[in-house]
Amino acid sequence: MQFLITVLLDGLIYASYLFIVSLGLTITFGVMKILNVAHGGFFAWGAYLASISIIYLGDNEYNSFLYYFAIFLSAIIVGLFFGYIIERFILRKMYNEDIHLIVLATFGLFWILEDLILHVFGVDPLMPYYPAMELGGIEVGGIFQGVYSLTLAGLAIIVAFICWYFLKKTKYGKVLQSVIFDREVSVSMGINVTKVYLITFIIGGMLGALGGAYIAPTISVSPGFAIDVVVMSFAVVVIGGMGSVPGALIGSLIVGLVRAFAVHQAPILELFIIYAIMAIVLIIKPEGLFAPPKPRKI
Amino acid sequence: MFKGILKEQTIQVGIGFVFIVVLLGTFILPEWMSNNFMYGLSRGLAVLGLMILWRTNLVSFGHALYYGFGAYAVAMAQKYLGVTDVFLRVIIAIAAAGLLGFVLGFILRRYREIFFAMLSLAFSMVLYGLLAKAEFLGSTDGMSISPSTMFGFELGRFGLFYFIGFVVILSLIFAHAYLRSSLGHLTTAIMDNEIRVEYLGYSVEKAIHIKYVISACLAGGAGGLMAAALGQVDPDSMVLWSVSGELVFVTIMAGLGNILAPFVGAIFFEFIRTYAYEFAPQAWQMIIGGTLLAIIFFLPGGLWSLFQKINPFKKEKK
Repeated sequence: MQFLITVLLDGLIYASYLFIVSLGLTITFGVMKILNVAHGGFFAWGAYLASISIIYLGDNEYNSFLYYFAIFLSAIIVGLFFGYIIERFILRKMYNEDIHLIVLATFGLFWILEDLILHVFGVDPLMPYYPAMELGGIEVGGIFQGVYSLTLAGLAIIVAFICWYFLKKTKYGKVLQSVIFDREVSVSMGINVTKVYLITFIIGGMLGALGGAYIAPTISVSPGFAIDVVVMSFAVVVIGGMGSVPGALIGSLIVGLVRAFAVHQAPILELFIIYAIMAIVLIIKPEGLFAPPKPRKI
Repeated sequence: MFKGILKEQTIQVGIGFVFIVVLLGTFILPEWMSNNFMYGLSRGLAVLGLMILWRTNLVSFGHALYYGFGAYAVAMAQKYLGVTDVFLRVIIAIAAAGLLGFVLGFILRRYREIFFAMLSLAFSMVLYGLLAKAEFLGSTDGMSISPSTMFGFELGRFGLFYFIGFVVILSLIFAHAYLRSSLGHLTTAIMDNEIRVEYLGYSVEKAIHIKYVISACLAGGAGGLMAAALGQVDPDSMVLWSVSGELVFVTIMAGLGNILAPFVGAIFFEFIRTYAYEFAPQAWQMIIGGTLLAIIFFLPGGLWSLFQKINPFKKEKK
């Protein structure tokens, strides 16, 4: 029982964090058909910017509400700044290119973003533990668990709800869906697809940065730590179905729970099992478990 | 298949190029520079494999799978069978990667575009996950490789360099023979229109499968040679997805125009990396990323297109 609760808690926390990151990736892919490797760069930048702000706030003993403000602000700044630059000046010129070239370009951007971090923030690991320390921990079913990590699950639920509401209930969500359905028809209907792409990319980047910024207080933020996250969120997106929001949710739950189980039961399989699931899903159902049905086009 | 192949200009230029590189590397240049040539030639094999795949518009974002598998096959053969002979090493690496490619090919040959790339990535990460966590395979520290021998004698660095040159020449000949055969010509046809190729009576899946195995063998050979050259195998620098990304990057940097291009590109890449690391240790990734973007935007044909403009052996139009 104890074991089950540990696995469930660990898995859920990890899944929430993966969900936030891979939601950004899947939205970008769904709308723009771009597999964005640079997503890891957004993630790392969000984590770093949030870390230095939290460390600054904590060292000077500011009100602890400001921590959360700093986290969200970092995500928004990183998403806006890099999202705008990358989409406007690089990706926009490539939409007619081969899909592999676009992936490669984002791979190059990932490298650049990674190194920029070294120059801006230095090479020493940062440990912005203040928010996690302040909230302390509670006992859940006999297991001691940091409250801050639990709020991550709350954040994931809020993000999922906002996303669902936006896509299904607002006018902009419908515009987005029509662009996903068919880009050219949307253009002819008077939708400014260029603008939709830009905003989508920025929002995707913000989500990636938010994932990094929110997880930062629980880990040690050091150079190169994003490299695992990129491919892990790729696995999530592929398992759930590329471009599908519920897919990202299910995918991150599967990956989170399986990983937690493996970590506690058979550490040797930790990475193996995640990618094995990814491969099996691709073999059995290449579109992913929850891919939206493909529209029939004539 | 191999008839008259030595008279072909590509092969003659290729053999000349390899000779020059090997001579430069063994007699003239200082060791750190000649290392770049040696690693470039070895990794060029893997890039050649990717290039052959790319000609059908299949891009594998997991080719480090075979690269690393070949390297680890060499390590395993040494650990359990005591094999240090350089011929056996390369043969084992190629055979192991080829076998793996043959098995996975049954699945991968049905996939195209981004799904092909993603499934290759998944397979390579499966291997990475195993290697990075398994104690008996050395986990993230990897395993060390003892110096290569040939017929019982220690080979030395120069000897290994000659041997790498020899393997590269053989691969050039083989790859050229394959690409000019009708099976090889199918590749471009498949890229243009698969259905038409099927109507002509060829099996697209079979053609892709053969191509995939060839590509895997080349990458495995590259891994085996690199293992022997570095004296070390480890998952982070041989199997991780970023290694696959690097290989794809070198492919696009080199250009798809000629079978010699991958080797030129791989050597060039080794030099950028060494120089960037030497002069700007905190910015070498940025330099590589910037080069990648610059090539995509300003030199879509890759480095090879530069050579074509100043090619002294320019073919006359028939």
